[in-house]
Amino acid sequence: MSEFLAMGGYAAFVWPSYGIGVGGVALLALVSLRQWRAAKAELARLEAAGLSRRARLEDRR
Amino acid sequence: MRLSGALLPWLAAAALVVCAAGLVWGLVFAPRDWQQGDTVRIMYVHVPAAWWAMGGYMSLAVASFVSLVWRHPLADVAAVAIAPVGAVFTAICLATGSLWGKPMWGTWWVWDARLTSVLVLFFLYLGHIALTNAFDEPERAARPAAILALIGAVNVPIIKFSVDWWNTLHQPASVTRFDAPAVHVDILWPLLISGLGFGLAFAAIVLLRMRTVLIERRVRAILAARGLEGAGVSRPVPAA
Repeated sequence: MSEFLAMGGYAAFVWPSYGIGVGGVALLALVSLRQWRAAKAELARLEAAGLSRRARLEDRR
Repeated sequence: MRLSGALLPWLAAAALVVCAAGLVWGLVFAPRDWQQGDTVRIMYVHVPAAWWAMGGYMSLAVASFVSLVWRHPLADVAAVAIAPVGAVFTAICLATGSLWGKPMWGTWWVWDARLTSVLVLFFLYLGHIALTNAFDEPERAARPAAILALIGAVNVPIIKFSVDWWNTLHQPASVTRFDAPAVHVDILWPLLISGLGFGLAFAAIVLLRMRTVLIERRVRAILAARGLEGAGVSRPVPAA
């Protein structure tokens, strides 16, 4: 196990590479998910306040 | 786009499984290189990130072309969604390349053709993001951003063939060649699986970001419509 972790003496280069690769993509996915949730919540808030494009058309009738 | 909502969880799950399979295979079971030792394992992160950094830019260029020529609104949304994902993949490619270069070449960075052209790719992505965010109405950014993306597309073949056209520390292509790949199957398989996993992750995140951009534009349209009714001034929306 410790031999595996040592990566033939290159642990300082191999492990950060995997950390950056996996961490970078995971962080981007999480941020994107949070932005999607925030946008959905904002739209729901507007629609709950009766502010949709359809509601506006109905106002005019 | 409605289909994408049903597709997205499956795409994300597939990306997770395939990435894990490719990376664990590369990290644990793939053989070490006779010359490079265990540093060759960096390849299973570095090369897929590089493939999709370039593939992402090609899709950005295609989306920009469709947006410019046919004015398809979804193409512009796709371009806006792709750029940040491509930027992150390019950053991963550059960082892991540096971590591979230090032990094998003895330097973190050299200003040679391959490395410099990938850095230019990174700045093209950043430029696209900056240009997109420079306009109050995102629809007005579509044209200049698309033109930037298309001009920058010249850089992609330069990256690809930089290792053949100029002297560089970077090794020439060993998988994407016109003849058979010059890599043993024990290394090729985990690399291709990791590449597929990164591609699925790229697609899943782009789809998610496209959905977000569409919702944000709807929100902006609603607010703008309300703003016009309120004598051109957007009123604060009461919290529900």
